[in-house]
Amino acid sequence: MKIQTVDRELSIKTEKLSKRFGQFTAVNEITFDVHKGEIFGFLGANGAGKTTAMRMLCGLSTPTSGKAQIAGFDVYKHTEDIKRNIGYMSQKFSLYEDLTVLENIRFFGGIYGLSNQQLKTKSEQLITQLGIQQEAKKLVSSLPLGWKQKLSFSVAVLHEPEIVFLDEPTGGVDPVTRRQFWNLIYEASDRGITIFVTTHYMDEAEYCNRISIMVDGKIEALDTPANLKQRFNASSMDDVFYQLARGAQRTEG
Amino acid sequence: MIRDKKTLLILFGMPVMQILIFGFALTNEVKNSRILVADYAKDVASQQITARIEASRYFDVEKTILDHKQIESAFKEGKIKLALIFPERFNEDLLHQNKAQIQLIADASDPNIANTLTAYSSSIIQDYQNGLNTTYSPPYRIETEIRMLYNPQLKGAHSFVPGVMALVLMLVCVMMTAISIVREKETGTMEILLVSPFRPLLIIISKTVPYLFLSLINVISILLLSVFVLKLPVNGSVLLLFAESTLFIITCLSLGIFISIKSATQQAAMTVSLMGMLLPTIMFSGFMFPVENMPLPLQIISNIVPAKWFYIIAKSIMIKGLGITALWKETLILAGMGVFLLIISLKSFKIRLS
Amino acid sequence: MDAVIVDSITKTYGKEKTHAVNGVSFSVKKGELFGLIGPDGAGKTSIFRVLTTLLLPDSGRASVDGFDIVKDFRKIRDRVGYMPGKFSLYQDLTVEENLSFFATVFGTTIKENYNLIKDIYIQIEPFKDRRAGKLSGGMKQKLALCCALIHKPSVLFLDEPTTGVDPVSRKEFWEMLRRLREQEITIIVSTPYMDEATRCDRIALIQNGNFLSADTPESIIHSYPDMLYAVKAENIYTLIQSLKNFENALSCHAFGEYVHLSVKPALLKGTTTPAEDHKNTEDIKNYLSMAGFKDIVVKKTEPTIEDCFIKLLS
Repeated sequence: MKIQTVDRELSIKTEKLSKRFGQFTAVNEITFDVHKGEIFGFLGANGAGKTTAMRMLCGLSTPTSGKAQIAGFDVYKHTEDIKRNIGYMSQKFSLYEDLTVLENIRFFGGIYGLSNQQLKTKSEQLITQLGIQQEAKKLVSSLPLGWKQKLSFSVAVLHEPEIVFLDEPTGGVDPVTRRQFWNLIYEASDRGITIFVTTHYMDEAEYCNRISIMVDGKIEALDTPANLKQRFNASSMDDVFYQLARGAQRTEG
Repeated sequence: MIRDKKTLLILFGMPVMQILIFGFALTNEVKNSRILVADYAKDVASQQITARIEASRYFDVEKTILDHKQIESAFKEGKIKLALIFPERFNEDLLHQNKAQIQLIADASDPNIANTLTAYSSSIIQDYQNGLNTTYSPPYRIETEIRMLYNPQLKGAHSFVPGVMALVLMLVCVMMTAISIVREKETGTMEILLVSPFRPLLIIISKTVPYLFLSLINVISILLLSVFVLKLPVNGSVLLLFAESTLFIITCLSLGIFISIKSATQQAAMTVSLMGMLLPTIMFSGFMFPVENMPLPLQIISNIVPAKWFYIIAKSIMIKGLGITALWKETLILAGMGVFLLIISLKSFKIRLS
Repeated sequence: MDAVIVDSITKTYGKEKTHAVNGVSFSVKKGELFGLIGPDGAGKTSIFRVLTTLLLPDSGRASVDGFDIVKDFRKIRDRVGYMPGKFSLYQDLTVEENLSFFATVFGTTIKENYNLIKDIYIQIEPFKDRRAGKLSGGMKQKLALCCALIHKPSVLFLDEPTTGVDPVSRKEFWEMLRRLREQEITIIVSTPYMDEATRCDRIALIQNGNFLSADTPESIIHSYPDMLYAVKAENIYTLIQSLKNFENALSCHAFGEYVHLSVKPALLKGTTTPAEDHKNTEDIKNYLSMAGFKDIVVKKTEPTIEDCFIKLLS
């Protein structure tokens, strides 16, 4: 059952979304919208509550209070629908190392209910796009990190989800591969897929349409990179982040 | 999963192993137990009964006449599990008084075996008696007088306390040491310790000494519990028991160090300790399943399990009250294992990462 | 004499003899802050492990503080400080206990070298009774640095100390390293973040076990051969696609809000005239407005280490 929101131009809509663990408020009444096809950067210092917020948005953790709709589904009632309509990739979890590239593509495609015909065309398309024809039958564990991350992203959007969540996807990746990775993000965004991404690289923050910066469980700033730099009278996003996060009280648990 | 050879091995190898071991080797059934028949009567009845007992597959009979002291030392040395004593004039008593006595003495330091053996032999004697009664009209009665040596009340605690000691020490020393050293590898602190003036030998000592003390505390608490709560006295020298425990602990610690050197993750160390150490300890130490009844290959395997030797030693000291003169052989074997493992693990401890 | 001398070190792993380090040579002067800059899997950790005597090289020689890494490994272990990449301290011990533990291991006391760590330790002192496992990423690092410094090492090896740490803590960490440099401690540090390169005295750019270049950050930047322009327009993605087809384009890559477009130098390198710059700028502008872009900004820009790295990779 799909609950239509008033404005289905929004992929993510939250209102005072909070998560408390006992006395500790990990996420404190965050309210924001993400438009369809937008590249949304979700920044914050270590321990600001990014991971907790992301888990709620993915339907993996129930909020303590507040409202949120992901791809039009309620985070309390329709977590299964949410999971079907999103893709997820992180630096830690990517692919099965002891399966080949092709097997991984088939496996994840199969999970999301792609038919055999679709799987065949999709995997061919993907392998050509990434230029890894030679490696298609190799084990994922034998690939360099950058390739793994690119493959992992492509697999996460294989089922054309409405939103894809990326948790520090480019950590430790070389600068060239990092940019190739962002090209993949742009292409996906062009196709209308909403991108929700966290990163520690401040230059990558500039590639986002809009970014939010979390400090101590709250969203302290949310705007386009250009507007933020203007508002904080800063020359770079690095500087904006520094000004905001410097006052952070909280430390990682 | 096809590519994950280890998982495959565990998945398909384990059930096969377990079925075979539990099905064939580890039975509580007692077979071919060595027993002694002391026949002071040497008449028709006693020889007929002896023949029946010899025919049984449960017993392996040795026929000698020994005096009481010799019988006792045969028990102490663990040569026999049961002694069957026919008094003089057995048949005469039976024919003239319609009533005769047989004495059964069992080694009750393992109450289960003692029970089973006395029950088997009693039933053979009963059988013989029933056979007689079909031909003779006044019923004959053969009374069996049973004596349970070392453990007259057949307390289970007698055999399980030494068993638990072996098990706990194995668990604490092998698994805990292995895991605690491997954890240092995982968190990267091992790298720092290696790149420090600290000598590798010192790292090992500082990791194992605390466990040595913890284990000794465990031994003390187990003994206190068994003496004061289970009312199970230590018949032999407590000091000797401690010395032997220390020896066993050192053997186990060396084993733990060896495992930690060979495994890269805590999980691997845990699996090896559990599968490779704890399981054999339970199966082959003789604490759950009598080693005597296993097929020969398994009996041979059981000899390399350190816990088997410690179990024999602990049981002999606690229950039979034996001293080092009777246990020097087992002690030597255990010490040999300890020294061997200690040397291997010290040799294989690397001063570098790989 | 140089604090660290590395002479064609090679290290391979596994049956296939994959090269983790492939004939690398460099030297680090006493008191220098030397950076190994490269992505994950470039071979940074292997170099550290060889220099800290944890791994034996397949071939090549190296010395630390004048001692051979193979022969005199004990002497090296006595005098270096090392912070491994995955280092996470003793989680169950408190901050103070961790520090005094490492002091004991190195045969010293907190008091003896307190001067050295004072600046850093003061920041975590309020939490000295807290368990290390409960500290934030940034604070853990400060504690780890204190632990590596407690015995006043002559050479300090820091393997990716800032990975996974937020930009604020990273900045603070580098400031601490700059201050340590004043204490005459030689520091070798590795990082995957290119923007941290300029904080080192000298750097080596490393990829697949090979050094792409090793020099001061300024010289590396200075030796960038092409002319570089920062270009901005509405849509970065289509802008990049379009710039790739610009006639003189060598390469173009996104750099924050701008796209860096490198162009073949008309004359010898580094000798562009303002007139030439003006011409190139106008050419790019015209090309883009022809392609229908709006809000076009084009300006000449100085290359960053990241530009150099990308150039060296291609």
